[in-house]
Amino acid sequence: MSDIDLTRLHPAIEAYIPLGRSGLLPALHAAQRIYGWLPQEVAAEVARSLEVPLADVHGVIEFYSLFYNEPVGRRIIRVCTDPACGLKGADDILRHLCEHHGIEAGQSTPDLSLTIERSPCLGLCEQAPAALVDDKAETNIDLDAGSYELGRPRSIVGGSLRLLTEHCGNGTTSLAKYGEYIALKKALTMKPEDVIAEVKSAGLVGRGGAAFPTGVKWEGAAKADGDQKYIVCNADESEPGTFKDRILLLDDPHRTIEGMCIAAHAIGATKGYIYLRGEYPYILPVLENALTEARAAGYLGEHFDIEVRLGAGAYICGEETALFESIEGKRGFPRVKPPFPTTHGLFGQPTIINNVETLCNVPLILHEGAAGYRKIGTEKSPGPKLFCVSGDVAQPGLYEVPFGVTLRDLLDMAGLHSAPQAVLFGGAAGAFATFEHLDVRLTFEDLRAAGLPLGSGVVMVFDESRDLRDVLKRLGHFFAHESCGKCYPCQMGTQRQMEILDRVAVGKTLAGDLERLQDVGWTMTDASLCGLGQTAAGAVLSAVKLWPGLFDSGR
Amino acid sequence: MIRPDRIVTTTCPYCGVGCTLQLHVKDDFIFKVTSPFDSPVNHGNLCVKGRFGYDYVYHPKRITTPLVRKMPQKAGERTQAFDLSEWREVTWDEALDTVADNLVRIYQQDGSDAMAVYCCAKATNEDNYLLQKMYRALFRTNNVDHCTRLCHAGSVVALQQAVGSSAMSNTASQVLLNDVFIVTGSNTSENHPIIALQMKEAVEKHGAKMIVVDPRRIDLVDFAELWLPLKPGTNVPVFSAMAQVIVKENLVNWGFVNARTEGFTEFLESLEKFTPEFAEQVSGVPAEDIRQAARMYATAGNAAIYWGMGISQLSHGTASALALIHLAFLTGHVGRDGTGLNPLRGQNNVQGASDMGAMPFHYPGYMRVDNPENRAKWERAWNIEEGGLSLKLGLTTTEILSHAHEGGIRALYIMGENPMMSEPNLNVTRHHMQQLEFLVAQDIFINESGAFADVFLPATPFAEKDGTFSNTDRRVQRVRAAHPPRGGSRPDWQILCDLALRIEARLGHPTAKWDYTHPEQILREMADVNPDYAGITYERIDQVGLIYPVPTLDHPGTPTLFTESFPRGRGKFVPLDYVPVKEEPDDEYPFILTTGRLLEHWHGGTMTRHSALNEAYPEARVEIHPADAEIHGIRNGDPVKVQSRRGEVVLRATVTEKTTVGVVFIPWHFQEAAANLLTNDALDPQAKIPEFKACAVQVFPARLEDLPNPDVQVSRGRY
Amino acid sequence: MTSKLLMDDKEISVEQGQTLLEAARENGMDIPTICFHEATTSNALCRICVVEVEGMRLLQPACIVQAADGMKVQTKSERVVRARRTILEMLAATMDLSDAPEILTLMDEYGARVDRFPEAERRESALKDDNPMYVRDYSKCLLCWRCVQVCADDAQYTFAINFSGRGYETQIGTFFDRAIPETTCVLCGQCVGVCPTGALKPKREYLLEQGMSPQEISVMNTGRKRRKQK
Repeated sequence: MSDIDLTRLHPAIEAYIPLGRSGLLPALHAAQRIYGWLPQEVAAEVARSLEVPLADVHGVIEFYSLFYNEPVGRRIIRVCTDPACGLKGADDILRHLCEHHGIEAGQSTPDLSLTIERSPCLGLCEQAPAALVDDKAETNIDLDAGSYELGRPRSIVGGSLRLLTEHCGNGTTSLAKYGEYIALKKALTMKPEDVIAEVKSAGLVGRGGAAFPTGVKWEGAAKADGDQKYIVCNADESEPGTFKDRILLLDDPHRTIEGMCIAAHAIGATKGYIYLRGEYPYILPVLENALTEARAAGYLGEHFDIEVRLGAGAYICGEETALFESIEGKRGFPRVKPPFPTTHGLFGQPTIINNVETLCNVPLILHEGAAGYRKIGTEKSPGPKLFCVSGDVAQPGLYEVPFGVTLRDLLDMAGLHSAPQAVLFGGAAGAFATFEHLDVRLTFEDLRAAGLPLGSGVVMVFDESRDLRDVLKRLGHFFAHESCGKCYPCQMGTQRQMEILDRVAVGKTLAGDLERLQDVGWTMTDASLCGLGQTAAGAVLSAVKLWPGLFDSGR
Repeated sequence: MIRPDRIVTTTCPYCGVGCTLQLHVKDDFIFKVTSPFDSPVNHGNLCVKGRFGYDYVYHPKRITTPLVRKMPQKAGERTQAFDLSEWREVTWDEALDTVADNLVRIYQQDGSDAMAVYCCAKATNEDNYLLQKMYRALFRTNNVDHCTRLCHAGSVVALQQAVGSSAMSNTASQVLLNDVFIVTGSNTSENHPIIALQMKEAVEKHGAKMIVVDPRRIDLVDFAELWLPLKPGTNVPVFSAMAQVIVKENLVNWGFVNARTEGFTEFLESLEKFTPEFAEQVSGVPAEDIRQAARMYATAGNAAIYWGMGISQLSHGTASALALIHLAFLTGHVGRDGTGLNPLRGQNNVQGASDMGAMPFHYPGYMRVDNPENRAKWERAWNIEEGGLSLKLGLTTTEILSHAHEGGIRALYIMGENPMMSEPNLNVTRHHMQQLEFLVAQDIFINESGAFADVFLPATPFAEKDGTFSNTDRRVQRVRAAHPPRGGSRPDWQILCDLALRIEARLGHPTAKWDYTHPEQILREMADVNPDYAGITYERIDQVGLIYPVPTLDHPGTPTLFTESFPRGRGKFVPLDYVPVKEEPDDEYPFILTTGRLLEHWHGGTMTRHSALNEAYPEARVEIHPADAEIHGIRNGDPVKVQSRRGEVVLRATVTEKTTVGVVFIPWHFQEAAANLLTNDALDPQAKIPEFKACAVQVFPARLEDLPNPDVQVSRGRY
Repeated sequence: MTSKLLMDDKEISVEQGQTLLEAARENGMDIPTICFHEATTSNALCRICVVEVEGMRLLQPACIVQAADGMKVQTKSERVVRARRTILEMLAATMDLSDAPEILTLMDEYGARVDRFPEAERRESALKDDNPMYVRDYSKCLLCWRCVQVCADDAQYTFAINFSGRGYETQIGTFFDRAIPETTCVLCGQCVGVCPTGALKPKREYLLEQGMSPQEISVMNTGRKRRKQK
């Protein structure tokens, strides 16, 4: 232990010291890049430098899956085993890898050359099965053919519209190619309140899952008192089945940055953050480069600048207040609300936090004007919408359509083989649909009537050959792994749910398991502190309703 | 899970904060301590001593039978006897008769001036009141003092001189109302842990700004806006320079100075020499920081000063405290909630013992003994013939021992104190102790002082008696017995009454009244004469203590003093000079030694070294700065010898930036490496307080085998 | 300013800013709590105090939701009871409640069964006896967070403990699981004072439980503990 050379640490974390505790995640990332893991001495030195209590630093390391407090391999392969990859043989790939290297998932080779881990969804669902090899995406892994793609993942984009995805599908769009921030320039000629009014009348609602009216959020933050206001872009895309932010940020980072600049003008923010999920490390340089371009062009600077923060493996940090905690250098525990972020957000200051797709809509609204924007979509669900289609379709990918097309329209675009057994809507936190729902129109109002959440736009298709019990088991494991552990219903409920779903999957249920599953599910839904717990049983409860027989071991 | 037979609410026996304790008792054994969350003093929070440090009550070495020395002791040849084999167990009758016989014999032979007593800041108000009453009423002497002399005498004298009252002007919890506050000479986190929590809360949750003025980088520095690391003993120049800045930059509260103070003009002249640059030169604190501190304090809405022994334990302790008082006068930061002059009192009942007249110049209620009117009041209360009580000022703690010689003090009664640990220059103290003709120790363990005694009277600790303690807030709180006394031990007040009656019988005096059946009768006897306590009854303080002055039975108490005027009328500015410490470092002894306390221990260690606390912190350590350690080739944990002109100790070094360059620190709790073997017995001329906070020492590497307990090593992550 | 609201169909008036829990308790109505403590910041994490508020989709934690004029609150509706019962049953399947009589009483009250979740993985851990003052038995810990809070800015500002793990595997821990004396702990025992389940316990209480007599406990610390050299 004493052979750890701390002199290498200081230059790496120097830049984060002035940030104090808020610099903790970046500093730990930097330290881990040097040492491969976070030995006690290194953690203590980071703690001392940033003036963070030792126990708190340890608590943070323990919270995030991508931080290690014991030695790991020089190469780390993380194999996604969530539903989309599960359908395409992820378990076989993992088994094959482990057997080949003579270790089990979660272990390292004795010479520490390799660690193999099971990973929650990597956001590469349209190119499943997938893995993350250090900082590189490995997609379309084909064991039989021995083929795979490694590096920057491809972007597969389709649909009837190309507004948000205008610049997607052909590699990263440089600022030169993106052109001037015309929408921002227009916004800067307007009074902030008029910008907000425009966004409000465009009827834009959040695309991250909660569907809160964006303009109302902005108005709240604009009116709130605060010395410092923040714009936070939620790019912690981790909902299983979701990969739209990956494509938007990788291929067209300036659209998000422009959206943030417009938001900053609207509420008078001088500082912005893009919180990028830790499993998208390959997006980080793209974003940094785009920010450099935007600074050079004068869009960013003293009046408003943006910092990218890299997450470290915690689905919960997609929850807005947990995300703030994470930027502040803490464990990603969601806060109780109220107070809401518009008045007490990041560092306790008025904050707007919007999803990447939401922000990408903003330049469009400014460009087209609210009235022009509303021509797209339906009266109550205006605008374009991105859907992440994966699973049993011919062409999984990101599809941009106007609100109002039917599920059948969407699936036809993606090449539906046959009437699906089930469609998982909205992601792990969503609900199941069946072929009976194929003609439901994809709008907020129609889906709500059908009892389906739009969520983050996940449409995962399962054909008749699939064992849904296996899908449910994977969802159960996902939530048990990702629960932060703060509130009791979710902390224990996700564990109990997983245990029952494990029994369901192998057909060995105990008497009363169905009732237990529902009690746990309803309790999580009714009583959890944050959206994670409130939706952790959504898909399971919808499956109970649709296919009660699945939970009967007699089957 | 253990269900208690009863839960007894009482007051913590350690520091002056006076936390409320709930003792959970099963089969007459306290197995747990909690604190009610609605306690106005500590809000349910405790420190390690309060929550876990009560187990000395059950320590097998506790003495629970009266003892008389087997080998008769002679003046000049007195020895220490720690081992029970050197003592004879006797009945209470025999023990008390022996004490009464000898005290009366010496009194009749050598007179009042041969008699002296150490009262006890750990014991109750009732115990202390009785002991001073016994000496004043029966032996007609004012040679009555206690350890207040060794802690805040400088502060007390300064406050008496400048305002006419010596307690904290405001309560500690008012720190939450401060905008700016100065903490100086107080390692509050270790010595008043619960007040430190409130200070941290004031900073973290209420936006207050803290200025720490201390030679050590104490825990509070982490929460401070400004830290002024002054060289030990340079308080007067630093605080006087702050005063000069306040005057020069016209930050003076003229309304207050004009209406409430006197002596400003003379004071102003004396201030001329104290430029911030001069202060920097002598103290090492950058002049600019002194200016900034002055501005912060002076311009704050509410500002207060909290100080500890770093101010008072100097040969110019009185002047140091006056320098602080001047700051409050100049800015008017006194007399309102959230301001004030706040000497944090050390012992659980040092305030109360002082209030009870356990001091050589004062009767209870700070009534001067040399004032015949006061004398008359107490003569009436104690059934003494007119003119019977002595008008002569008594000797102070340190003087009592230095007068222990032929023609001086012959008989000494020590209740619960341990001068053989707490006095400076212990080798000299030892010599003085040896000169006594008769020594009584009333305690719970045979400590370093009690070991010299002829008779040992086993008293009870706080958990086995009823009474009251007065905390540093002036809050008078109940002490309640959790279970009966162990073995044959007896509560102090009962021992004293029993003894007093035997003394009276031998003297043939009319009785001064000792037939109390309950300690409340004792408190009420005192309260009938002392207006500060007049309104206090046990019933009124059953749930929550009252903050004196409580002049009447329906008075709600007085958290904030001096709102209208000072007891002496106007506050008095006293011109000051800079007097360096008596022993400055030189080539031979290049370090300044400063002493103090540790969180886990209490003073001479009589209680805490007989507790699991000793396991938590089993050895003395000397703190030395890394730069000094490197020069001397000392690594963390190395044994070192620390030597002064008066003595030497061997202990391990802790190499830490908690101390500053040129300054070493030793806690004084450990008899095997007693810091007071090294300290200087130079006294403050007015307060007679010794200079514990600064003397010159040298540090040498030592061998492991030179350590008193080489196998014992403290393991702590907090340093 | 007071507002009026209906709680279990009874009209009660409350002061502005009062929580539903305070309102209920002042009006003699019982809402159970586990993580709530008068001296610590309410985190609303045990969710045992949830109530049904008309017009709100989700159950609301009474310990932090402020009472408002015209609110209609049900403190014992079917949904509420189901949530409370299920949480209690899950707790019983997770940890050792033997030192938490109040929670056991609550279980009786809500008809919660200790064996509701068979074959459940329990959170178990070995007793930690690493300092002279208190022992830590995290098998009895229900993660109310109070100890972490009082060690931090709810009282002590010492920051010796925090969390390790995440989700169901969360536990209270020190920096790299160091023994208490090697942490910043000042042994104040604030954490022991707020622990509701006996997971943190004074050493002497623990020894008494283990069957040692007061006599035996009292002689324990009289010998100097020998420590290894470096």
